[in-house]
Amino acid sequence: MSIACELSNPNLKKTKAAESSVGKWIIISKILLFRVFCGLLCLSALICLCFSFSSCICNNKQDEAAESSSSSKGMLFRNQNVSRSEIDAMLSLFFDSNQVTSFECRKESNDPGMLENYGITCSLSTRVEKEEEENEEEEAKKIKRHVAELMSSSSSSFEENEEGVHHELVVLFYVMNKWHWWWLVLSVLVGGHVIFEFHQRKIEVSSFLQDKQQCKRSGRWRKNMLRLGILAGVSLSVLWFWDTNEQLLFQRKETLTNMCEERARVLQDQFNVSMNHVHALSILVSTFHHGKTPSAIDQKTFSEYTERTNFERPLTSGVAYALKVTHSERERFEKEHGWSIKKMEIKDQTLVAGFDPAPVQDEYAPVIFAQETVSHIVSVDMMSGKEDRENILRARALGKGVLTSPFQLLKSNHLGVILTFAVYNTNLPHDATEEERLNATIGYLGASYDMPSLVEKLLQQLASKQTISVNVYDTTNASSVIKMYGSEVGDMSEEHISSLDFGDPFRKHEMHCRFTQKPPIPWLAIMPPGFALVITLLLGYIFNEAINRIASVEEDYQKMMELKARAEAADIAKSQFLATVSHEIRTPMVGVLGMLKLLMDTDLDAKQMDFAETAHGSGKDLISLINEVLDQAKIESGRLELEHVPFDLRFLLDNVSSLLSGKAAEKGIELAVYVSSNVPAVIIGDPSRFRQIITNLVGNSIKFTQEKGHIFISVHLTSEVREPFETEDEILKQRLGSDETSCNTLSGYPAVNATGSWRNFKTFQDHSCDKKTELLVTVEDTGVGIPFDAQSRIFTPFMQADSSTSRTYGGTGIGLSISKRLVELMQGEIGFVSRPGVGTTFSFTGVFGERERDSSALELLDQSIQEFQGLKALVIDSRNIRAEVTRYHLQRVGVSSVDIASSLATASGKLVNLDLVLIDKDAWNKEEYSDLLKEQPSTRPSPKIILLATFTTPSELSEIKSSGLVDEVVMKPLRMSVLICCLQETMGSGGGKKRQTNRKPKNLGKLLRGKKILVVDDTAVNRRVADAVLRKYGALVTCVDSGKAAVAMLKPPHDFDACFMDLQMPEMDGFEATRRVRDLEEEMNKKAECSRKWHTPILAMTADVIQATNEKCIKCGMDGFVSKPFEEEELYSSVARFFDK
Amino acid sequence: MELVQMQKSLQDYTKSLFLEGVLDSQFLQLQQLQDESNPDFVSQVVTLFFQDSDRILNDLSLSLDQQVVDFKKVDPHVHQLKGSSSSIGAQRVKNACVVFRTFCEQQNVEGCHRCLQQVKQEYYLVKNRLETLFKLEQQIVASGGVIPAMELGF
Repeated sequence: MSIACELSNPNLKKTKAAESSVGKWIIISKILLFRVFCGLLCLSALICLCFSFSSCICNNKQDEAAESSSSSKGMLFRNQNVSRSEIDAMLSLFFDSNQVTSFECRKESNDPGMLENYGITCSLSTRVEKEEEENEEEEAKKIKRHVAELMSSSSSSFEENEEGVHHELVVLFYVMNKWHWWWLVLSVLVGGHVIFEFHQRKIEVSSFLQDKQQCKRSGRWRKNMLRLGILAGVSLSVLWFWDTNEQLLFQRKETLTNMCEERARVLQDQFNVSMNHVHALSILVSTFHHGKTPSAIDQKTFSEYTERTNFERPLTSGVAYALKVTHSERERFEKEHGWSIKKMEIKDQTLVAGFDPAPVQDEYAPVIFAQETVSHIVSVDMMSGKEDRENILRARALGKGVLTSPFQLLKSNHLGVILTFAVYNTNLPHDATEEERLNATIGYLGASYDMPSLVEKLLQQLASKQTISVNVYDTTNASSVIKMYGSEVGDMSEEHISSLDFGDPFRKHEMHCRFTQKPPIPWLAIMPPGFALVITLLLGYIFNEAINRIASVEEDYQKMMELKARAEAADIAKSQFLATVSHEIRTPMVGVLGMLKLLMDTDLDAKQMDFAETAHGSGKDLISLINEVLDQAKIESGRLELEHVPFDLRFLLDNVSSLLSGKAAEKGIELAVYVSSNVPAVIIGDPSRFRQIITNLVGNSIKFTQEKGHIFISVHLTSEVREPFETEDEILKQRLGSDETSCNTLSGYPAVNATGSWRNFKTFQDHSCDKKTELLVTVEDTGVGIPFDAQSRIFTPFMQADSSTSRTYGGTGIGLSISKRLVELMQGEIGFVSRPGVGTTFSFTGVFGERERDSSALELLDQSIQEFQGLKALVIDSRNIRAEVTRYHLQRVGVSSVDIASSLATASGKLVNLDLVLIDKDAWNKEEYSDLLKEQPSTRPSPKIILLATFTTPSELSEIKSSGLVDEVVMKPLRMSVLICCLQETMGSGGGKKRQTNRKPKNLGKLLRGKKILVVDDTAVNRRVADAVLRKYGALVTCVDSGKAAVAMLKPPHDFDACFMDLQMPEMDGFEATRRVRDLEEEMNKKAECSRKWHTPILAMTADVIQATNEKCIKCGMDGFVSKPFEEEELYSSVARFFDK
Repeated sequence: MELVQMQKSLQDYTKSLFLEGVLDSQFLQLQQLQDESNPDFVSQVVTLFFQDSDRILNDLSLSLDQQVVDFKKVDPHVHQLKGSSSSIGAQRVKNACVVFRTFCEQQNVEGCHRCLQQVKQEYYLVKNRLETLFKLEQQIVASGGVIPAMELGF
C-alpha cells in the first residue's frame, strides 16, 4: 500500500511540473484568472476534504491511517469479505498510471450524481506514459480514468458478491467519502476548462469581429462562469449535506450495533451461567440420589435445596428431576413411590399436568423431584410431552444441556424454554458414544426458563433501555421463526441482528434490536450546508446583479462611444463646412469691396458717397467676421499653424494702439501701453496672431467700456511676475500692491486687481524655468464687466455674456474663443477676472523665441534715439502709473533720466537743469503753471514743455498752443514714432529735415534694377504686359511662351535672377515646369557641391489668389506668388524677399 | 482750340469707357508703362490682344460647334482669353470669361454657347471702343497735340 502511495507522489510532482510548463505558453490573463479561481476552489475543497477526513477517522475509531488509500483499503478490508489480493489489485489500479491499462468507464445508474458533471460514456484504451502527461487535459483524463477504474472495480466486485450488497454500498460510501471532493474539484476543473476552451475557440474564431460582440461574449462568459459557480456551490452543499447525513446514519447504526451486541452477549452469558448451575444440580442429583443408597435426597430435600439455591439461577422458574423408567420397571416404580405415572396433557394451549395415568410406553420419565414452584409436575411423565421427549432424547444423546423451542409455560403463561440435562450413572468421558450415553442415563434434570422475564430482568440491568427495543427469536426453523420476547414497536426501517448462542448447537436464537424512535431530523447535517447554499445563492445573486450591471454599463459605454464618434465627426464636418463656406463667401466679398472702392473713387454726390461708404464699411465688417469664422474653423480643424518670425513687440503694440486709439478716443477712453524693460526687443513668434489676440481683447474692452476710464495694455515676463517681490518694475509693483478699491490706476477709475486673472495659470504653479521667453500680457479695462453667471462660458464660440449683448454691442462672440485657441497654440494660457460695474482684466501668456536686436529694422530710429540721449526730463502727472508709462515711452526713445512729480506744485523744486517737461493734461493748470514759471529763475533756457493730452477738441488744442505756454501737445496714446517726431520738432535738433513723412523707403526700381528675369506665359498679351511692367522697374526681361521653354531656359547654369511663371498653360503647366526646374537644380547641386547652390526664385502668376493654390505653389517648389495683373506693392513685397539682401 | 476740344473729348471718352466698365485700372497701368523708350506700347499690346483674341474666339467657335464638345480644350482657351483681357484691363470681357469658365466646369454646352456670344459681344465692344480711342489719339498726335495723362484717381 505504501508503495502505491509512493507511486502516486511522483505523479503529483509531475503534474505540477506539467502545469507550470503549461503556464509558460499560455500567458493570457484570463487564463491566469481562471487558474486562480480554480486554485481557490481546489483549496476550499481541500480544506473541506481534510475536515471530512478527520471526522471520518474519528467516528470510525480507525487507526490513524492518514493516507487515503490505506484507509480506504482498511475500510474495504474490514467491511467486506474481499481478499487481500483483490484489494491490492484494486489499489494498484487506483494509483498505477504508468502502466498500460485498459479500462472502461460507465455511467453508473446508481452513482450519486457525480458523473453527471462529466457526462462521460466512453470506452478508452490508452497507453499512458509519463512523458505524455504534458497538459491539463491529460491530467484530467487520468483522474477520470482513476475514477472510472474505481467505479468499474467496485461494480465488478458488486457483481461477484451479491450477498454483500449492503457491505458493498458501505464500501462505496467510504470510497466516496475519500474521493467525492476530488470529484467535485475535478468536475469544476474539467467543466470550467471545457467552457473556457469553448469560449477561447470562439474568441479565436471571431477575433476579427466587432468589439461589441466581444463584449457581449465576455458577458456571456461571465454568466457561464457564474452558472458554473452556482452549480458547484449548490452541488457542494448538497454533497456536504449528503455526506454529513450519511455519517450521522452510520453513527446511529453503529450505536445500534454496539448496544445490540452488548445485550446479546449479556443475555448469553447470564443464560450460560444459569445453565451451568443446572448442570451442577444434575451432578448433585447424580451424586446424592443415585450414588448413595439409600438416596440422600427426597422430594422435600430437593425442593428445599433448589429453593434455597434459586438465586444462583435467577433465570429459571423452576427445576425438576425425572427418572428414567422403562416400561418393565413401571409397576415396581409406581409401587415404590405410591403413585402412578401420569401423562402430560395440553389444554387450552397450556401445558397442564394431567391426572390420567400415562399410556403404555417403552420408557417413562416421571418427575420425582421438583422445585416448590413447579411441584405440580411431580409424577408427570416428561416423555409424554412431545417437546420434552425430544429434548430428553437429545439431551441424553449429547450429554449437554439442550433447549426446547419456546412454548407456553405451565401456569405462568409466559413463553419459556426447557433446559434439559441428562444424568448419567457413571462419569462418562467426553468422547462417549451415543450408545454408551443412552445406557448410562438414569434420569433427567430439567429447568424451565421464563424468557420474557429473563430478558426483562436483563435489560433492567443495562443502560439506555428506553432507546432501543429488543426482540428475541428462535430461528431454528428458518421458515417459522418463533418470537420469544419483544413487541413489534419502534423504527422498523433499521434493525440490528445479533446471534445468540445458548450452548445448544441445535437451536438457533437471534436478538433483533431497533431504535424505539424514528431518527431525528438531522439538523446537524442540514444547517451548515443550508447556510452554504444560502450563501451560494446570495453570492450568485450578487454576482448576477454585478454582471448585469457590468453588461449594461458596457452597453452604455459602447453607445456613448458611438455617440462620441458621431459627435466628433459632426464637429469636424461643421468646421470643414465653415471653412469652405467662409472661403467661398470671402472671394466674392473681395470683389464687392473692390467695386465699392472703385465706386467711391468715381464722381458721387454726398448722398451717394455716404451710401457707398456705409456699404463699404459693412462689407469690411463682414470680411473681418468671415475671417474670424474662418480662423475659428481653421483652428478647430487643426489647420492653423503659427509662424515663427522675429518681430518687435513694442512696435507691434504701438501699431495696435494707434489703430485703436481712434475708437478709444471717440469713446473718451484713455489707452496706454506699457512693456517691461526686461522684455527683449525682438522676439520670435507669430506677430499677426499676437496682434490679433491683442486687438481682439482691446477691441472688446473698447466695446464694453463706456465713456470713462482706461484701457491699459501691459507686457511683462512671467518670471518677473512669478517673483513679484524682487521685481524692479514700478508698474508691476504698484499693480500687485493695489487692492480692488484703490484708484491707483491709469485713469483713476477703479479696476479689478489684475493678479486674479493669472492666478490660476499653470506656468505660475510649476516653477520650471524655461529658456524661452514667456510673456504675460494683461489688458485692463474699466468697462461694464462680465456677469458672474456668464463668466464660465465666455470662451465658448458664439457665446456672449447674454443674448442681449449682441444686440447692445454687436459682434458674434467668436473673438475670445479664437483668442483662447491662439493663446493655446502659443503654449500659453488665457484667463480673466471681472467684476460687473468695475471692469475686466484679461491676461494671457505666450511662449516666444528670443533673438538679438535686429539692427537693420531699427536703423532709422536708432539715429534719432541717439539724438535724445542725455536729455533730462520731468513728468508731471497726478497718476503714478500713467507717469510710469510715460517714463517707459521716454526711455524707449532714449531719454534716460526721467523724473516724476505728481503735480505742478511738487514739481517746482525739480525744474532745475531740465531739458523736457511733460505734463499730463489732468495735472495741467494754467494759473499754477504760470506761477511755477514765475518762480523759476530764467538764468537758463527754460525746458521745453510738452503737454500730454488724451482727448482734446481742436479748438482747445489751438487755444493751448496759442497761449504759448507749451511747446507741443502730444495726443495719447503715446507711441514711439509720435514721440520721436514731437521731440524732434520741439528740440529743434535736425528740424523737420530728418522727418520722413513718406515711409516708402525703397522702391521697386531699386530692387529690380539690372536683374535678369524670365517671364513665362502662353498669352502674348500677358507676356507683353509683364515684360513692360518689369522693364519699367529696370529689370532685364526675357519672355518665353511655354513651360517647356521655361525649363530649357532655367536649366542650370543660367543667369536668371528670378522667374515669373504662369500657372495655367497648355502642355506643361506652371506647377509641372517648376517641379522640373527644381529637379534639374537638385541634380546640379549634387554634381557641383562646391559652387553655389542653385535655387532660382520662381513666383507664380495667377489670377485667382486662393489659399489652396498658394499652398499648392509652395508644395511644388515655388517661392511665392503674385496676382495678375501686377500691383506694384504686392510685386514689391513678393520680390523683396529675394532681392532685398 | 480744336486740339483742346479733341483732348477734352478724348478724356471724356476714356472716362466713359471706365465708367461703363469696359476698361479698368489695368489699362491705366498700361498707359503708365508707356514712355519715351516705348512710345506706342499700349497700341502694341492692344493689337496683340486683338490678334490673340480673334484666334481664340475662332477656336472656341469651332470647338463648341462640334458634336461632342471637348471641354478640356475649351477651358484653356477661355482661361487664356481671361488672362489676356485682364492684362489689358478689358474688364467686361474678363467678367464674361469668368462666367464662361463656370459653365465649362459644369459642362453646360448651351450655357457655353450663350457665353461665347456674350464674350464676343463684349470683345467687339471693347475692340470698337479701343479703336475709336486710338483713332482719337492719333488725331491728336497728328495735329501736334499731347495725349493728356489720365488721372482718374483709382
